[in-house]
Amino acid sequence: MNANSRRLGALLVLGVSALVVGCERPPTETVQRGYRGTGMVGVYNPRTVADLQAANKVPDPTPAAESGGPSAGTQFKNVKVLNDLSVAEFTRVMVAITSWVSPKEGCAYCHKGADLADDSMYTKVVARKMLQMTRHINADWKNHVADTGVTCYTCHRGNPVPANVWHDDPGARMAKGFAGGLGDQNMPGTKVGLTAMPNDPFGQYFVKDGPIRVVATGALPAAPGKSIVQTEWTYSLMMHMSESLGVNCTYCHNSRSFAEWNTSSPPRTTAWHGIRMVRDLNVGFLEPLNGVFPKEQLGPKGDVPKVSCATCHQGVYKPLYGASMAKDYPELGGAHAAAK
Amino acid sequence: MSMLSFERKYRVRGGTLLGGDLFDFWVGPFYVGFFGVTTIFFATLGTALIVYGAAIGPTWNLWQINIAPPDLSYGLRFAPLKEGGLWQLITICAVGSFCSWALREVEICRKLGIGYHVPFAFSFAILAYVTLVVFRPLLLGAWGHGFPYGILSHLDWVSNTGYQYLHFHYNPAHMIAVSFFFTTCLALSLHGALILSATNPGKGERMKTPEHENTFFRDTIGYSIGPLGIHRLGLFLALSAVFWSAVCIIISGPFWTRGWPEWWGWWLNLPIW
Repeated sequence: MNANSRRLGALLVLGVSALVVGCERPPTETVQRGYRGTGMVGVYNPRTVADLQAANKVPDPTPAAESGGPSAGTQFKNVKVLNDLSVAEFTRVMVAITSWVSPKEGCAYCHKGADLADDSMYTKVVARKMLQMTRHINADWKNHVADTGVTCYTCHRGNPVPANVWHDDPGARMAKGFAGGLGDQNMPGTKVGLTAMPNDPFGQYFVKDGPIRVVATGALPAAPGKSIVQTEWTYSLMMHMSESLGVNCTYCHNSRSFAEWNTSSPPRTTAWHGIRMVRDLNVGFLEPLNGVFPKEQLGPKGDVPKVSCATCHQGVYKPLYGASMAKDYPELGGAHAAAK
Repeated sequence: MSMLSFERKYRVRGGTLLGGDLFDFWVGPFYVGFFGVTTIFFATLGTALIVYGAAIGPTWNLWQINIAPPDLSYGLRFAPLKEGGLWQLITICAVGSFCSWALREVEICRKLGIGYHVPFAFSFAILAYVTLVVFRPLLLGAWGHGFPYGILSHLDWVSNTGYQYLHFHYNPAHMIAVSFFFTTCLALSLHGALILSATNPGKGERMKTPEHENTFFRDTIGYSIGPLGIHRLGLFLALSAVFWSAVCIIISGPFWTRGWPEWWGWWLNLPIW
């Protein structure tokens, strides 16, 4: 063995080990998502899935409460959202919220002292808005959440602030003018699956009603089409959805035509409503809290924390693997909101 | 059919790998051999099965004929004929005929007394195919991971399989394979241009020799790999392209389940930043 072949061997070993170290090991699991042979397949690492399943266990529900008797609205002061509940139901929800949102901080996270009606803590004002939001989702967004519904736990998971909220991204500090202007891209972005796509697609689609459809509708460019920049924004959004749900592009699309609905799979419809739902929640519930949140809860550009797909989904195709907590908590349900 | 003057020298018996003198003869200009017979057997049966598959399918449109592999639920078992079993039989026929053809090439090489470069190169094409329809499905645990046989349908499969990993261009082995494919084209175009210009002199000029060709490249880029070297390089580049293509698909799924962009996390996590 001469020096050259030894060097070549060393290089080969280095290259192969670099590849192996970066990779996962078999066996992996696959799920068919389309007609056989289309390649519409979900690919999963069972070790990662086991971790996710452990992290997505639903806490046991507390025993259901009596719905009869005087309502909370008449018995307590300053109850503005849950006033249609019975006293027992109301108390049950308060206890549940504490265990879901502020298990360490307890009641004192929102309530100041013994006067439970006191609104002086901002967290109480935010919690009220969030309760309205939860009922709104369960009543008016069945297109997305179906009968599974959501509770505070869907997003909070024991954290006072859900782990996956977002703020407007001020972008990397770059030179301005001729030397700068990366267009918020060409840097690996954690929100977009470590691609070099535009790093912050959220404001475009989750606050503003940005155009997502960029695929040309005709064979020839008869009219000006969508720009490359716009296309990349769309891809950023799709990367975010994919990462948030732990699925690949073929979960919703047959890539032979991303645009066509009749070759896409049914979850694409759910996702379409989901994008609108997230926008509705940000515009209707989070942004109005501007001025309520203290400075430390605001983003670098001074905006309130907002929701994206990841806020609920947290890496799973259905939040909490589709387990319905809302059915155990009709107090948060759509029926109550609809009855009002 | 008459023989070319130099062919007589090579029309010798022997050198077969299997079957001895059996089938060791020519039909017109074509050598038959044991593996020629198996090639014809598998190729004919496979083609007939494809035609049968088209006949029981919804269309005779050449572009749209599709013979799909079984559902993933069949795993590594045989599927009913009309639910992917046909695809399995056709795959067996394809592997059988490709390998037979390679072995027939080996026999011809032995008769000619030349190296095995041609069957060696062809076996890389077979490796690429077998990786797609045998090795990767075996590693993933279902024949349904093979690509469907159809002009458009196999392209849809390629597209969707790429999108299973969000952005296939971030696949490191795919990057290497693509680079080799492009380099193959570059080398071939440089070489082809050189040969065409050397062998088509202007009016009144003489045809150029390899010395002239070497001088041209030494003048232009400072180096000429030479008439033999360029073919070695070409073979290396082309086979590397195929080899890394096989690597890039075998690692997608069995050894990586997420988006390929994420694979580069190791780079971002290096302690040098």
